[in-house]
Amino acid sequence: MPNADRRLSLTQKRALSAWAFLALPIVFYVSIRFYPAIDAFFISLTDWNILGQRRFIGVDNYWRMAADPVFWKVMVNTFLYLVVGVGVSLPLGFVIAYYLDRVERGHALLRGLYFLPHITTAVAMAWVWRWFYQPVPVGLFNDILVSLDLPQQPFLRSTEQALYAVLAPAIWAGLGFQVVVFLAGLKAIPRTYYEAAEIDGAGAWRTLFEITLPQLRATIVFLVVVSSIAFLRIFDYVYAMTSGQGGPLDATKPLVLRIFETAFGRFDMGYAAAQTVVLFVLLLAISLLQLRLLRAR
Amino acid sequence: MTPRAAPGRTIAWTLLFLGGVVMVTPFIYMLATSFKTNVEVYQLSLLPRSPTLANYAQLIGASGFPRWFANSLLIAALTTASVLFFDSLVGYALAKFDFRGRRLVFVAVLSTLMIPTEMLVLPWYIMSKTFGWLDTYWGLLFPGLMTGFGTFLMKQFFEGVPDELIDAARVDGWSEWRIWLEVAMPLVTPALSALAIFTFLGNWTAFLWPLIVINDRDLYTLPVGLASFSSEFQTEWEIVMTGASIATVPALLVFIALQKYIIRGIMLAGLKG
Repeated sequence: MPNADRRLSLTQKRALSAWAFLALPIVFYVSIRFYPAIDAFFISLTDWNILGQRRFIGVDNYWRMAADPVFWKVMVNTFLYLVVGVGVSLPLGFVIAYYLDRVERGHALLRGLYFLPHITTAVAMAWVWRWFYQPVPVGLFNDILVSLDLPQQPFLRSTEQALYAVLAPAIWAGLGFQVVVFLAGLKAIPRTYYEAAEIDGAGAWRTLFEITLPQLRATIVFLVVVSSIAFLRIFDYVYAMTSGQGGPLDATKPLVLRIFETAFGRFDMGYAAAQTVVLFVLLLAISLLQLRLLRAR
Repeated sequence: MTPRAAPGRTIAWTLLFLGGVVMVTPFIYMLATSFKTNVEVYQLSLLPRSPTLANYAQLIGASGFPRWFANSLLIAALTTASVLFFDSLVGYALAKFDFRGRRLVFVAVLSTLMIPTEMLVLPWYIMSKTFGWLDTYWGLLFPGLMTGFGTFLMKQFFEGVPDELIDAARVDGWSEWRIWLEVAMPLVTPALSALAIFTFLGNWTAFLWPLIVINDRDLYTLPVGLASFSSEFQTEWEIVMTGASIATVPALLVFIALQKYIIRGIMLAGLKG
């Protein structure tokens, strides 16, 4: 009996230590994460220019969004960033990883070359790309085009090309991450599977489609989700390459830049908050989709 | 291995290498141009004919650049220290203590991963305005002091620490704090180093929040300062490339020195997450 008493107090003592460990972090998570998240929802129901009183207007901001042509333009842009970004970078990342996986000589060096752009500052690299896109005689790309007797391209100055011109460095910067994650996935496939396929006389293509890709299912779902979220939140490259304008004529403006200018350019806080709620819902939908896809196997 | 595969391998290797060179081309141009004079920028040759440090001297002498560099370094270092301390503290408590409410705390911390920063910056800005944190170091720091991702990562690793070691230290009368710091922490150094690298690089390149909270040019971080170049040095590409080089080189050095740990960290995080 006294033994049981002591054990109980020991458990309590440990629980007390645990809460001592957690005390400050709980204050942080409540005040810097949860309270602001809830506050963002409430702000989205108000008309507020940050100086005056918050005026409750129900879901009017959401109706306003539905009728706002710039908002829809921005959503189309964001969707293009996501679909083209994921659609180009994922297959490319896989092909590179697939061949890199078989390379032994200089493996780390090659991997390093592909990964390097991932760790760099987007704003710095945006300047380099912006410079590449300049007209002759400054920009590298147009210099190359002209030397091949091809016409110059306007790139960032064209409403049709600008979005892709901004997306290119974002894909470039994210590619190395995908290569490294694919490499990890490829390494995790047991050698014996390949040996069995070889004994069965399966060719390279059959092995790819019947062993490699199915085995990479979890990796692919993870990468689709992570890179979808990244392209959905694209901001740094667009801001830095278009001087914060998202131009020409909103042609490159993504949702996050629209939120930024609504909140901190026009101080239309309620409307900006409503747009962040839309972003939140989209991100939540992608994550729930991931859970479903992984569970469905 | 088979004779037939050998030429295929050589071709694959060559293509991979050429692709890799294309990937680093922007760095090469950036660095080469930072040593060029203004006249030479408009000539096609890659390497500067008469390399000069004048661009670096001008940038360091005339603008807020050294200050921005120091600001970025300070913020990234302080944030990393805080994240390492608190994320491993919480991760350890969630992995190794049994108490009522543990699951709730874990789910709550994990759920913060679902909240996008873009949604939080509005309330953070309002908070900062109310408390006078705009244009302060604390304003730059406070949102990143702890992370749900790091907590999750550390919890996974602390779960691999044998309970026997902790119990043995308890029998010896060690305090829980000392057990955490001196028994458990040394056993998770691979995870700590990965978390340190990610947090440092993430904060070194952070842009959205610093852009919002800081107006005072003296308190700019490097990315915010670089973005402000568009009005200042619009056509002086050699100066812009010098700024970009200064912002990039520290990350490059960190990468070259720690490549193994970074790659392993991504693989760890990718597999565990």
